[in-house]
Amino acid sequence: MRSTTIRRWSVVHTWTSLICTLFLFLLALTGLPLIFHHELEHLLGEAPELREMAPGTAHLDLQQLVEAGERHRPDEVVQYLGWEEDEPNGVVTIMAATASTEPNSSHTFMLDARTGEAVEMPAANGGFMMLMLRLHVDLFAGLPGKLLLAFMGMLFVLAIISGVVLYAPFMRKLRFAEVRDKSTRLRWLDLHNLIGIVTLTWALTVGVTGVISACADLLIEAWRGDTLAAMVEPYRDAPPLTERAPASRLLEIARAAAPGMRPDFIAFPGTRFSSEHHYAVFMVGSSHLTSHLWTPVLIDARTLQVTAVGTRPWYMDALAMSQPLHFGDYGGRPMQILWAVLDVLTLIVLGSGLYLWWVRRRAPRATLRGEVAA
Amino acid sequence: MRQSTFTIPALLAVLGAAGLFAALLGDGAWDALAWLGLGLPAVIGTWPLLRR
Repeated sequence: MRSTTIRRWSVVHTWTSLICTLFLFLLALTGLPLIFHHELEHLLGEAPELREMAPGTAHLDLQQLVEAGERHRPDEVVQYLGWEEDEPNGVVTIMAATASTEPNSSHTFMLDARTGEAVEMPAANGGFMMLMLRLHVDLFAGLPGKLLLAFMGMLFVLAIISGVVLYAPFMRKLRFAEVRDKSTRLRWLDLHNLIGIVTLTWALTVGVTGVISACADLLIEAWRGDTLAAMVEPYRDAPPLTERAPASRLLEIARAAAPGMRPDFIAFPGTRFSSEHHYAVFMVGSSHLTSHLWTPVLIDARTLQVTAVGTRPWYMDALAMSQPLHFGDYGGRPMQILWAVLDVLTLIVLGSGLYLWWVRRRAPRATLRGEVAA
Repeated sequence: MRQSTFTIPALLAVLGAAGLFAALLGDGAWDALAWLGLGLPAVIGTWPLLRR
């Protein structure tokens, strides 16, 4: 590689890294507890605990649950009902002042599907884990915050790519994983290169899926304007919904319309994930891979007729697949632990990168040139 | 002949990508492939930090 080429890539690597480092520190630090959010919520006593009842106790129907929710929070309406695989007797319920209220102003709790009893989910509404989540997702700044972090994520990806290019000239005369002990700086240079290159796949995956997730709002808006709008086209001039049919049979109807799939969540009429005139039941597949991919079944909220079974645009599939690949929650406890180790290693790459930049600014050029060749 | 600078990193990268994808397909052996693919970088990256 010519030395001018090396210098150019070096400038790219230095500046993309420097600009995003502070944000990446924050993302890696707040991401660490989020990897274990399930376990930590239990530890902090913030996970919903349903009462012990005889196994196989019958569930209420959905309309009864909706009414139980409305009794619990009389001034609010149900926005979403959702199901979690590890709590088959609970229904996650999200309510807010109006159907279209933005997510951060909603209240999340769990309804016991057997009794209609409301069980609080403190971690979903505030507290330490929510603080970590907001710092990780939007810096408490809504869409601008998310887009800023998306931009930082893109710089991070560029920093990784330029780092890989620079790996070649720096390692030309060294064996893989050789760490020189001649000076603190050399040792950290070699460690930076080694850890950076071995964590490449993971860091790129988490970086790219993080950028995609940070653009979720834009993707959902695109989906609303494109796929959803086409599905509800016949309703464009329909009068506003006045009377809503009971939610009781929504799951049966959706299962019949999308055989072999299971419900993930229901978006009520007027929410971001549905139209003004529909219940949207979001179904997921039953295989490992398809369990992440949503297929909406749109059900007329007045007649309970299925009016459309959604197609999935590629960008919504990309968004859906970005979730497990970013969270590391799909390969058991060992995967969570490896996610945490790789996260800490990324912190070390960031820190050593910053250190190397700092000491290099003070080193004479001749030494540096010698290093690349030596 | 000296091996190319990128031989081992490329192998690790491919194995890591295969592991990340495999675990999406199933549990058990599929997950184990991810543990291997992510475990090698984790060990190779951590080891020289612990050794002085």
